[in-house]
Amino acid sequence: MADDPIISVRGLVNRFGTHTVHDGLDLDVRRGEIIGIVGGSGTGKSVLLRAVVGLLKPAEGQITVFGESVRDTSAADYRRLRRRWGVMFQDGALFSSLNVQQNVEAPMREQLDLSDETREALAAIKVRMVGLPDHALQKMPSELSGGMRKRAGFARAIALDPEIVFLDEPTAGLDPIGAAAFDTLTAQLRRALGLTVFLVTHDLDSLHAICDRIAVLAEGRVLATGTMAEMQDVDHPWVQAYFKGPRARAAIAQKETL
Amino acid sequence: MNKRDPGAMTQTNRPQISLSDGVFVLQGDLLIGTIEDLNMSQGVAQTIDLSGVGQFDTAGAWAVVRLERRLQAAGITPQIVGASALQQDLLATLRQHMPEDDTVAVVSVSLSDRLEQLGRKTAAALREMLSMVGFLGRVVATIGGLILRPGRIRWTAIVHHMQQVGLNAVPIVSLMAFLIGVVLAFQGAAQLRQFGAEVFVVDLIAISILRELGILLTAIIVAGRSGSAFTAAIGSMKMREEIDAMRTLGLDPIEVLVAPRVIALILMLPVLGIIANFAGLLGGAIMSWIELGVSPGVFQSRLVSNTGVWHFGVGLIKAPFFALIIGIVGCFEGMQVGGDAESLGRLTSTSVVLSIFLVIAADAMFSIFFAIMGV
Repeated sequence: MADDPIISVRGLVNRFGTHTVHDGLDLDVRRGEIIGIVGGSGTGKSVLLRAVVGLLKPAEGQITVFGESVRDTSAADYRRLRRRWGVMFQDGALFSSLNVQQNVEAPMREQLDLSDETREALAAIKVRMVGLPDHALQKMPSELSGGMRKRAGFARAIALDPEIVFLDEPTAGLDPIGAAAFDTLTAQLRRALGLTVFLVTHDLDSLHAICDRIAVLAEGRVLATGTMAEMQDVDHPWVQAYFKGPRARAAIAQKETL
Repeated sequence: MNKRDPGAMTQTNRPQISLSDGVFVLQGDLLIGTIEDLNMSQGVAQTIDLSGVGQFDTAGAWAVVRLERRLQAAGITPQIVGASALQQDLLATLRQHMPEDDTVAVVSVSLSDRLEQLGRKTAAALREMLSMVGFLGRVVATIGGLILRPGRIRWTAIVHHMQQVGLNAVPIVSLMAFLIGVVLAFQGAAQLRQFGAEVFVVDLIAISILRELGILLTAIIVAGRSGSAFTAAIGSMKMREEIDAMRTLGLDPIEVLVAPRVIALILMLPVLGIIANFAGLLGGAIMSWIELGVSPGVFQSRLVSNTGVWHFGVGLIKAPFFALIIGIVGCFEGMQVGGDAESLGRLTSTSVVLSIFLVIAADAMFSIFFAIMGV
């Protein structure tokens, strides 16, 4: 039971018009791990994420999360399934007409019947857990910096204590210090809440710092999965260029000096 | 029931709390959906026993830490026993992040708060009015500068906007004016027939349409149609930082975006007003003929002999002013859009409401002015 993958993708095909993004993609995510999804621009990392959470109907293929199919499921089952994961979109995707506290409360309000007091207290805790100051609670999304918006989006994603969190490029557009802090936060919350993290990223530092495994998307499928060290030995030009380029060497060197 | 695998998420056990021999015993699943069933506000004990707890999430940990805090406040240092390593971690995280003061500040609104709000809103409205006047000044200065240096005028943009706000509005404006003429003739006829003064319906229609209704209703339609489009277009450019990009390239957004729109509107609104006047008179004439038997020939001769050309002039003089109001308000509100999509929608509706209101207010001023001047 424990060895079953928490997310399993088999033979996924996604097409936009005549352009095939995924062509028979297979991927397994194990419970409790942080898996980093990398790939060049246009290889369908975000499309994969959208397909797994059911925002996008794939042309072919089977996606199961918690052993249940995401695609062939009743509306009620999907709702129940959806409660067990949280998604943080690029730039947070906070509801612009609600303040941070209302944003974090939104999933609780929709899914559960909680008293106002409990909901407010839990939202305040979640906001503190992602490292935002208390005064951020009453701020509107437009008043926050990019890094704070991402954190608030993370707080909303974990509002219902999900088992899986999907993060779409959480460190893109952050300065290195902010990005490192976000990585630390992800690792910390993974430990504290027992999360499985599905991390779509370009950030080599994130991959080094927190990912247990890495899956490389290219040519419409998962080219390789494995740890950072194993990626060094994959014989594919893109993988070689990505993991042995100057930026990768810098990230490795940085990790070794730490 | 308690033997159920704690990892199986499909079934939840109701949580229970019991107090015996100075020990709080918690059992079942302490989850976000279930913890409110627990009554943790009563009794004191030295120990909190979590060994019977199955699933445990942030909300569960919150409830336990809250219980712990309550006991601490009562002067007891409670011990938590039977927690797994994971549960310990979660409790530690919660202790670290939970505010000391658990009560979320209740926002109560007193009379002085309301007064303060009123004051702030009044001051904000005055400030906005002032900055709108400032904006008007900048636009007029820019247009003045363009007249002095006609080489800088963006003719392509002006013609494009003239088509958008003028030509494309002709069908709706003429249909509206035609129907207004019909309504006036119909209503006027019913009243005037009582005095046997049917023929005065021509004066009624001509004066009301030429002086007031033709241009006023055209301005209202254009405010709804083009004022909102100006706000939305400039606002979305502002949101995507296009305006800032323009400034860094040395382009003046007022000259590039606002001036062509305002100029196009000032040129086209009088034209639309004339079209509306004709359509309104046509509608009135047709209805007078059908309803009152006033033939088109009679209508025309009475129109020419009894209606001074100043009625037409009074209506048309107002058109450029209305155009300026609509253009300035539409562009100004567009420039006020901030970073979020919500402000774009809010300001677009503000733009329409405000420009219609200002157009009607200006029309009232003109009425008073012309009455005093005796025109």
